[in-house]
Amino acid sequence: MQGWLPFWPRTAAVSGEVVNALYIAELGICVLIVLTVVGLMLRFCLVYRRGSSASRANLVAKTWQWEISWTVATLVLFLFAFVWGAVVYIWLYDPPSGELQIYVVGKQWMWKMEHPGGQREIDALHVPVNTTVRLVLASQDVIHSFFVPAFRIKRDVVPGTLETIWFKATKAGTYRIECTQLCGVQHANMTGEVTVMEPAAFGRWLKQQGVHESLAQQGEAVFREHGCSGCHSTASTVHAPLMNGLYGSLVHLQDGSSRVADERYLRDCILLPRTFTVAGYPPVMPDFSGQLSEDDLVKLIAYIKSLAK
Amino acid sequence: MAALAADVGTDYLTSENTVRSWLLTRDHKRIGLLFFASITFFFFIGGIAATLIRLHLATPSGLLQPSIYNRVFTMHGIVMVWFFLIPSIPTTLGNFVLPLMIGAHDLAFPRINLASWYVFNLSGLVLLYALIMGGADAGWTFYPPFSTLYSDGYILVAALAVFVNGFSTIMTALNFVVTTHRLRAPGMTWMRLPLFVWAIYSVSLLMLLATPVLAMVLLLVAAERFLQVGLFDPTHGGDPILFQHIFWFYSHPAVYIMIVPAMGVVSELVTCFARRPIFGYTGMAYALMAIAILSFFVWAHHMFVAGISIYSAVVFSLMTFFVAVPSAIKVFNWTATLHKGSISFDAPFLYALGFVLLFTIGGVTGLMVATLGLDIDLHDTYFVIAHFHYIMVGGTVSAFFGGLHYWWPKITGRLYPELWARFAALLTFVGFNLTFFPQFILGYLGMPRRYYTYAPEWQPWNLLSSAGASILAVAYLLPLGYLAWSMLRGERAGPNPWRATGLEWQTSSPPPTYNFARTPAVTTAPYAYNPENGSYVAQDGTVHA
Repeated sequence: MQGWLPFWPRTAAVSGEVVNALYIAELGICVLIVLTVVGLMLRFCLVYRRGSSASRANLVAKTWQWEISWTVATLVLFLFAFVWGAVVYIWLYDPPSGELQIYVVGKQWMWKMEHPGGQREIDALHVPVNTTVRLVLASQDVIHSFFVPAFRIKRDVVPGTLETIWFKATKAGTYRIECTQLCGVQHANMTGEVTVMEPAAFGRWLKQQGVHESLAQQGEAVFREHGCSGCHSTASTVHAPLMNGLYGSLVHLQDGSSRVADERYLRDCILLPRTFTVAGYPPVMPDFSGQLSEDDLVKLIAYIKSLAK
Repeated sequence: MAALAADVGTDYLTSENTVRSWLLTRDHKRIGLLFFASITFFFFIGGIAATLIRLHLATPSGLLQPSIYNRVFTMHGIVMVWFFLIPSIPTTLGNFVLPLMIGAHDLAFPRINLASWYVFNLSGLVLLYALIMGGADAGWTFYPPFSTLYSDGYILVAALAVFVNGFSTIMTALNFVVTTHRLRAPGMTWMRLPLFVWAIYSVSLLMLLATPVLAMVLLLVAAERFLQVGLFDPTHGGDPILFQHIFWFYSHPAVYIMIVPAMGVVSELVTCFARRPIFGYTGMAYALMAIAILSFFVWAHHMFVAGISIYSAVVFSLMTFFVAVPSAIKVFNWTATLHKGSISFDAPFLYALGFVLLFTIGGVTGLMVATLGLDIDLHDTYFVIAHFHYIMVGGTVSAFFGGLHYWWPKITGRLYPELWARFAALLTFVGFNLTFFPQFILGYLGMPRRYYTYAPEWQPWNLLSSAGASILAVAYLLPLGYLAWSMLRGERAGPNPWRATGLEWQTSSPPPTYNFARTPAVTTAPYAYNPENGSYVAQDGTVHA
């Protein structure tokens, strides 16, 4: 890992490079401000120490001219930093479609990663280099926060909802994963490692895991076991929305609003169906909150997503 | 001057000397000292916790059990925020000096002032009970659902302590607001108020408006933890983010509650020891009010990675940059006040210089965490810890010590040993930077806060920080020794050892029970110092060559 002299941050992702440029610019601004203040203070302390011969005549009378000029100057500097920071943030918050989507479930005190092919890892994440990876984050219990310092990405993992973050690693290697939101006794041990691999090596790694069922296939089993298929299928006599082609479409709800059927929407519908009744359907679906683990939810969502094609 | 001062032997310290006369006193000066005893006690409790944290983090493997470590930093946060920093300057220096500064004989509600001290101690007892029973482990921020459903600490007892403590804050704030409005001496117009009074006034408004929100959110936590009402727990339809919005709606203004009084103290010190009128008085007064108002509209900058909408993140980031502008104005004005001054480097001034420098570093790193793109990386790391300790400890605690030394001759009637005090001020500065600067680097390298163990390659920085903390501890203990000594053996100070312009310096030291022999009449603006010949005009109009 990094030597203890942090001359230059090691970055291993596109986001790291973008954030580092901002870092350097803003550090420059900060050093400039501090040096100006310290320089002036020391100079005045030296020149105007008691007993020095410097003239004290003609104290500045019109202070407002000075005040307005330095207020405007700092405001301009501040706005520059604000705009740059906001642009980076918006860019990071808008995940590109992503070539690979991996589900991450945080629970006291481990990270569980679920690959689309059904491979699972604990406190470890294998990804191919130069590939846009989307991570869909869920928490089983308290608030965690998923942080990869080398990629400069972080997001709180709040129970009750899903968050999506993304990265594109540029260098093969291993990098720390940390939880940064106090989550209990073993908070400091809720760490892991991202292993960035060459695509060929990543392909081999996937095969070595010996998994025969993809995440979507595992989801289909959950879909049957919990009786979802009893209503949400063409063979059913119950008037319920079909899952085929649902993911990514615009859904009109009973209350007049409409939502895009993304991961977060699917999760909400499964857990709180009465709050998200689809227009034209009777509100008869039972409430699944508390009955499905985040693991099962992830599988269900992956299954429903697979029906979009 | 003599007209305002009283005869020797009638001062507030010696006029009555029974325990009862102290415990039932209605004199703002005595109550200020009572508060001083209480917050010093809690400063030591919080300080012991800080010492344990730094000892523990000297090695990656640590010293304490993880569950104990979580309780130690939680106690450190709760004690230092609510039982030291928030009451520190207002209840001690503010209580003692504010009525003197505006020419009043006491605060508007002396009984409420005393009641505030009793409520404060009651809340302190509740907190000590929580501590003795085993402490709380959810951090001073009490984030649910961890605090409400998963924590096995004494969350409710700790929350009750903070809840009760809020009533003390509100009582004291109410007293300051009414006193400033109603009890100013004839001629003491708003634009003649010393900046310390402006600072205490604006911070009192903040306390009055923000503290009830804290009480509310703590009650909601209790409702969820005790009665299982689904407010923040998503499995019962609650929203954990709702808590964060309400909590920070209080706790961000609370940050300014901790720093604004310090700004007031430093304004007094800089102008007195530079022997020059403050640069841009009007701007300084309005900047304090601007900070107080804007601080209510920045709370969600604590939540940039909590999954709030992009739109609100952008708005709150922009507001945060706006609130930094009046703070920057203050730094520039303090610096400009040194221009063409006649500066002497007494201990209070050294503390003030340290304040301006550390506050500036804390301020610019605040800009970095206010920047959305950088906060993603820095949030909840040691960078944030370093940033707010530069403001709270480097800023507020330095100003508190500076103010304490400055008004010490007024409070006790005796001078402190100057050389020792200068040494302590320098040692504070060195120890502070050694403790907290390495933490910026640790955060930048990616060390999260609230970790009881860390990667071995971060040990050198942690060791440096722990070493600095031991120096800082000595620097904080030193004044306790020499100030106590000076109470008995120090040289008699006389009414105005600093040749300062404020009304508090025009009465005797220590002041008589009712402060002034007669009600002063104010004829001039504050800070009428002349750096050319060292003369000054006190606020009661008397000219001193």
